[in-house]
Amino acid sequence: MAEEVKSPVPPPPPQPQPAKTGPSGGPEGEQKPPAEKPAAAVPPAPAKPAAPAKPAGPVPVPWTSPMVEKYRGQYGSGLDAQTYLGQNYLTVDRSLIPDILRLLRDEEQFDYCVDITAVHYPKREKQFDVVWILYSFPRNERVRVKTQIADGSSIPSSVSIWPTANWLEREVYDMFGITFDGHPDLKRILLPDGWKGYPLRKDYGILQQDKEWVQINLGIESGQ
Amino acid sequence: MSAPMDDRSHLDLETPDKTYLDSNELVINMGPQHPATHGVLRVILKLDGEKVLGTECVIGYLHRGVEKIAENRTYTMFNPYVDRMDYCAAVSNGLGYCEAVEKLMNVEAPPRAQYIRVILTELQRIASHQLWLGTHALDIGAMTPLFYTFRDREEILKIFEKYCGARLTTHAFRIGGCQYETYAGFEKDVKNFLTFFAPKIDEYEALLTTNRIWLERTRNVGVISGADCIALGVTGPVLRASGVKWDVRKAQPYANYKDFDFEIPVGTNGDTYDRYLVRMAEMRQSMRIIGQAVAGIPEGPIMGKVPKVIKPPVGEIYHSIEAPKGELGYFIVSDGSTQPYRLRVRPPSFVNLQALDTMVRGLLVADVVAVIGTIDIVLGEVDR
Repeated sequence: MAEEVKSPVPPPPPQPQPAKTGPSGGPEGEQKPPAEKPAAAVPPAPAKPAAPAKPAGPVPVPWTSPMVEKYRGQYGSGLDAQTYLGQNYLTVDRSLIPDILRLLRDEEQFDYCVDITAVHYPKREKQFDVVWILYSFPRNERVRVKTQIADGSSIPSSVSIWPTANWLEREVYDMFGITFDGHPDLKRILLPDGWKGYPLRKDYGILQQDKEWVQINLGIESGQ
Repeated sequence: MSAPMDDRSHLDLETPDKTYLDSNELVINMGPQHPATHGVLRVILKLDGEKVLGTECVIGYLHRGVEKIAENRTYTMFNPYVDRMDYCAAVSNGLGYCEAVEKLMNVEAPPRAQYIRVILTELQRIASHQLWLGTHALDIGAMTPLFYTFRDREEILKIFEKYCGARLTTHAFRIGGCQYETYAGFEKDVKNFLTFFAPKIDEYEALLTTNRIWLERTRNVGVISGADCIALGVTGPVLRASGVKWDVRKAQPYANYKDFDFEIPVGTNGDTYDRYLVRMAEMRQSMRIIGQAVAGIPEGPIMGKVPKVIKPPVGEIYHSIEAPKGELGYFIVSDGSTQPYRLRVRPPSFVNLQALDTMVRGLLVADVVAVIGTIDIVLGEVDR
């Protein structure tokens, strides 16, 4: 347990923002596929830490489909469509979110909201990625919608579009402190109501807890 | 709630706010310590007499912060943790996780490993449905099936134990394949189980399917339409019992499910009885899959070409499987390091539980117990 105390911070540093834009930039991406082959061709190569150091991944490629063309014409630069490992995702400007989500359900038949979640990038100006994972029963197709928002700003709730968003948004609020405007009952869901702090933010340590809450409500010194 | 409520018509369910008994509105707690909530689930019931006017679920008593733990563990170290989410179907959790990481790394498990995975996962589906059947029937008042199902589930757990040393939290799979080669006599054990278990399902059905008390307690109880299921994100047997023929194994096949011939059982009424029938049929289908897999299991390696240190490239992936309870998904964001930057679990129990309110409005308190059982939740997965 003792070593773990040191580890809450380390994971974030590998700057995630360049990481995101990096692979989509052309030249780097072209060099990568060949680099992958040596890594794969030398399976008993535990002694080759250099190979995984610049892992050559597949690169996101632009995603084109009639649906994307239509929305791109409609919304222009506010929308970016890409495919990574065969999975399609739309990166959308925050202001377009309510429109896009509603259109995806009403016109594109994405009738099942699989999941709503968020990712925290503390070093970025707009700290959070909010992600909707959608599925369409008629089309048998999945799509992810992503948008970036700043800490403290809110995002329109999609409960009126998919009722299942109710608990999913509550969990995002509980874990990240992102508020959803128009949510019928936005309160904590997994943690107790009076808890302070949002555990899945990167600046919340793994051993961190709301000591005050623990002492008052559980009558013990520490929950660890 | 459109289906006629036959013998409950005197309750005037169309106008749930109307009082039919001269009593005051009552708010009571069911749980968190209540045998019929299958763990630590607290349901706040708003009642009028015995009629349920509304419910609110309070969850999180078993919250362990699995997603936070994932960010502080390497991909390999996190593997055993997923077993502790849905601890009644640990093998399925492991399959989903390993496949998600494999997909992110762009590697594939070799065919032999795929077959072993399918056999164990389908055995786990049967075990999970057996546990569900036993406890669900016990909740409703039929005690005998519990002993039957637990007796037979033991045979599956024995196979798990012989294969990997653990019965419940198995940690059976590794990223890239399987850790263990099958033991001598594995195939024989599995085949023996199939011949042993086929008549047992008939035995369960003989106890319940045409049992009058069972019919009275389950038919037209907790009805939910297919459209409501989709809107509420409900998946798994609950969705299929409402007539939506959808199963991740068929819709977006993973592992090597496309090699096998099996049906997706569906119901029509979306009530508790149909969900029972669907799960019984699913056990039979799982046996079909296991039979085909064990007959066609190829020779070869069981571990793919995976580096010792698992470092997926920068990127993100969503991968989902058909767990016994519904769609279990993993959304992983990698920053190129040995630890996931973010790992999100899409738990079927959590999402399905949200439909409880829709399903129990207008029913009696005793039916709430039946409906909680029929959704088949595991609180370890709801709270994570």
